[in-house]
Amino acid sequence: MNALARHRKLTAIWSSEPGWKGWFSTVNHSDVGRMFIVTAAFHFLVGGILAMLIRAQLATPHSAFAGPEIYSQLFTMHGTIMMFLFAIPMIEGLAIYLLPKMLGTRDLAYPRLTAYGYWCYFFGGAMLLISLLFGIAPDSGWFMYPPLTGRIHSPGINTDFWLIGITFVEISAICAAVEFTVSILKYRAPGMTLAKMPVFAWYMLVVSLMILTGFPPLILGSILLELERAFGMPFFQVELGGDSLLWQHLFWLFGHPEVYIIFLPAAGMVSTILPVMSSTTLLGYRWVVAAAVALAILSFGLWVHHMFTTGIPHMGLAFFSAASTLVAVPTAVQVFAWIGTMWKGSPTLRLPMLHILGFFVTFVIGGLTGVMVAVVPFDWQVHDTAFVTAHLHYVLFGGFVFPVLAGIYYWLPLVTGNRRFFRLGEMAFALIFLGFHVTFLAMHWVGLMGQRRRISTYLPEDGWTVINLISSVGGFVMAFGLTLVLIGILLNLAVRHRARRNPWRSGTLEWAIPRPSAAYNFASLPQVNSREPLWDNPVLPAELARGDGYLGDAATGRRESLMVDIATGKPEQLVIYPANTRLPVILAAVTGVFFVSLLVKIYVITPFAIAAVAALGWRWVWQLGSRQDLGDQPIGHGVLIPPIAEVSRPPGWWGSVFLLVANATLFGSLLFGYAFLWTIAPGWPPPAFMEPSLPTMLAAAGGVMLAAGGTAIAVRKNQNGSNPAVAISAALTGALGLVVAFAMMLWNAPPAAEHAYNATIVVLGSYGLFHATLTSLMVLFLLARQRAGYISQRRRGELSIVMVWAIYLFVVTGLIILAVYLPGLVG
Amino acid sequence: MLDPAGPAAHSIATLWWVMLITFTVIFVFVMALLALAFRPAGSGLVPAFAEKVWIIGLGLVFPAVILLGLLAYGLWIGERLMPRAGAEVTRIEAEARSWSWRFTYGGDASRTTQNVLHIPAGRPVDIAITTADVIHSFWVPRLAGKLDAIPGHINVLRIEADIPGSYAGLSAEFSGNGYDNHRFTVIAHGPEEWQRFLEGDQ
Ligand code: HEM
Ligand SMILES: [Cu+2]
Ligand SMILES: [Cu+2]
Repeated sequence: MNALARHRKLTAIWSSEPGWKGWFSTVNHSDVGRMFIVTAAFHFLVGGILAMLIRAQLATPHSAFAGPEIYSQLFTMHGTIMMFLFAIPMIEGLAIYLLPKMLGTRDLAYPRLTAYGYWCYFFGGAMLLISLLFGIAPDSGWFMYPPLTGRIHSPGINTDFWLIGITFVEISAICAAVEFTVSILKYRAPGMTLAKMPVFAWYMLVVSLMILTGFPPLILGSILLELERAFGMPFFQVELGGDSLLWQHLFWLFGHPEVYIIFLPAAGMVSTILPVMSSTTLLGYRWVVAAAVALAILSFGLWVHHMFTTGIPHMGLAFFSAASTLVAVPTAVQVFAWIGTMWKGSPTLRLPMLHILGFFVTFVIGGLTGVMVAVVPFDWQVHDTAFVTAHLHYVLFGGFVFPVLAGIYYWLPLVTGNRRFFRLGEMAFALIFLGFHVTFLAMHWVGLMGQRRRISTYLPEDGWTVINLISSVGGFVMAFGLTLVLIGILLNLAVRHRARRNPWRSGTLEWAIPRPSAAYNFASLPQVNSREPLWDNPVLPAELARGDGYLGDAATGRRESLMVDIATGKPEQLVIYPANTRLPVILAAVTGVFFVSLLVKIYVITPFAIAAVAALGWRWVWQLGSRQDLGDQPIGHGVLIPPIAEVSRPPGWWGSVFLLVANATLFGSLLFGYAFLWTIAPGWPPPAFMEPSLPTMLAAAGGVMLAAGGTAIAVRKNQNGSNPAVAISAALTGALGLVVAFAMMLWNAPPAAEHAYNATIVVLGSYGLFHATLTSLMVLFLLARQRAGYISQRRRGELSIVMVWAIYLFVVTGLIILAVYLPGLVG
Repeated sequence: MLDPAGPAAHSIATLWWVMLITFTVIFVFVMALLALAFRPAGSGLVPAFAEKVWIIGLGLVFPAVILLGLLAYGLWIGERLMPRAGAEVTRIEAEARSWSWRFTYGGDASRTTQNVLHIPAGRPVDIAITTADVIHSFWVPRLAGKLDAIPGHINVLRIEADIPGSYAGLSAEFSGNGYDNHRFTVIAHGPEEWQRFLEGDQ
């Protein structure tokens, strides 16, 4: 088989359906990545138009362009769109598109999940845009502080759009994070050890773990606030034992890491592009990776710096101030490693490099003003003024938009196969750079002169008129530059002007794929021996196309790839991917029905939507696996490895583990909220604690032990070759018993609308009920699979997946029982 | 805040100028390093540094030293601005609501003013801040930093005006449609005038 025949055969296996119909059924990472990028760019356009409206409004005093009702929607939606619908999805899109190519593999770990995440983002984003179109968009600022966002002060549907729409969109971030984590750890080219990974993959690994632990507090906060708004459960109402500060803690527990979740991928791009632009390797690779990890860990200890003016004792502030200034250290390590890289090599001023220089100038200023606001007394003055808005744009635009523009120009030849032929990009860069600094330097200044953020207008007497006008002019110059970027990209797509295969002479694997890029990425998978495989072996692309690597024969007609050992990169499992399917878009649409039913408060639909999600989920997992043992398979070069259906830790096991990391963070945030209200909220202790109920406790203990024990015995039995059916049935009985126990707990719970304590008990009980039901379904699924012949001594993976969930259920049940009944027992 | 008229605002303004100068120097230094990266190869203009110099010297030690100094300075100022008990401290309660401020003097519910805060000049005043509805923030830019008014909590802010006069006060936490004009005025009185205010009708 020659290279062309192999290309045709692989393309037939991997490509999506032709035409627009293919968008709905594609699960290929290149397609979905592009869809993410285009949709995120569209949201950037919308957010940018809102920014122009904001600057138009602020250009002159007494502006009558928009009243406060409209203006609040403008800035709230600008912030919300930029953070949730542009920045994060843009990162997801770029990483979805690039990671498998850089890691030398053919797709991400869960292709259908990639598509599901996209559609959740698409539908959730559409909800928010629709609210904007109808003038009923969220209007309380992007951090949504209650009580302003509570039912009393915001009775309209505006706030619900935010809470529900954003939670819907968050699903896609969690999906992507699980997917990236598993893909980076397990889906790499053979031989690519952790130390030989492209540095971008390291950054994305760190970012993914941050998303898994950073987003759940916000998801929890949104759920609680929506529960308060819809059912009067008073988590944030001080008269009824709640506390509005709880929201601020939950929000910023998410919000601060969020900033680094946005910055780190951009830093990863800089670390990738800058050495190439300087014809050298990154200085201090290990230090840079360590700095990224340190930044990630530190960023979870800083959230209180957004709350310096809330009256927290000065000792507490001192701690968070110290931690906040400390993050400057790992940031400095990265910045100086980059500058050192340039010294080491010979940098040239090509277009991506221009944007990286723009990044340096802007981000260094943003970092320095960041240290300023981390100094508590200074923050007392500038907090909630235009100074802070200006600072955050220096960080976000400097630390994200410039690197992304660099990345776009750098990888555009990879995506389109074309090169630029106008000097449009240089012109655009100059306008953006100039416009940006004019706009936001001016905003620092008016901020220091006392201009608050979020005001819809000001008076001529305030003396800010000239500065604001300058700022607005700068804004429009920048907008013009960004429009030129867009035009340049469209031209590049439209005009065929072939680029060389590896125009920048990079060393990483994404430049080894066919050009224009093929759906399967690599005709055969490379053996990697260094961080720059293309520098070691410039003819690698041709060899791979010839089928010299692994999995080169395309014999089975299925989408195949490899999973490797985390540390060594030794091939471990043969991956067989699902093919094109509409299941993801349908599942996302049904998930959307669930969220819309909550939004419009037609709760009769909600249970049906949940049931439909469960049914589709069942189908989703049913499609995997195999009814017969295939045994170890050849992957080329004489290596034999088992297919994923015949291992004890299949992809689903890894995915479950990392999904549970996010889930545990959500649960931990709930316990944090409980403890916070208990110790800080004025209305505690509640009038009465929950009466300990012996029958409930016994039912719960018995149920969970049977569920977890039964599953464990089933795993053991199957291992020994005997029939696990009886043990699985026992586990099912136990799980169902636990469902009953949690139902009893909820039945006996005090009225949730009367006190935040009662409301917390109800949420804890519901969390237990949900997980007990979920585990029951999983065990039932096992039983059905066992009957249908999908489980054998070799095909044992599904059992071990359910085992992970059973253990989780065991732990949370114990904690819930303690949290609910212990106060009553002691008190 | 660039035109301070009270001890707290003074020390914060000084802090700002110190930081601005230090950070400008740092910024210029970093930009110079960046520019030198483009020096012609082999010009021998500046020798290349080793990895250690970049990472440990510039990346770790350099920021750590500066930050430590700054942090200590910031904490020292913050500590001095904390409200401390003292003989001549006046305490005034401030309650925000959408969109007005009510000030109560000497714990006497009948001694209140609306949107105008009277204080003695040249003496420390503690404002006990709370709210009747959503979150607001008490801010008199020329006198001191801001502090939030949070439902169910009372936060105490120390302010002081050097000389008698009137100062603009603002609510600095977004609170809905009336936020733009959620303002108040602070009037600082000389000793006799203050005495008259305390005794007399408003
Ligand atoms: C395209 C150029 C941009 C311009 C001209 C611009 C302008 C502005 C202005 C004037 C405000 C202040 C609104 C107010 O306080 O009344 C603002 C707020 C904000 N912007 Fe931007 N912005 C731009 C891009 C971005 C980007 C790229 C991001 C994030 C990735 C972003 C995130 C935010 C956030 C989070 C807020 C705060 C919203 C709030 O107060 O609730 N902006 N922007
Ligand atoms: Cu932060
Ligand atoms: Cu605030």
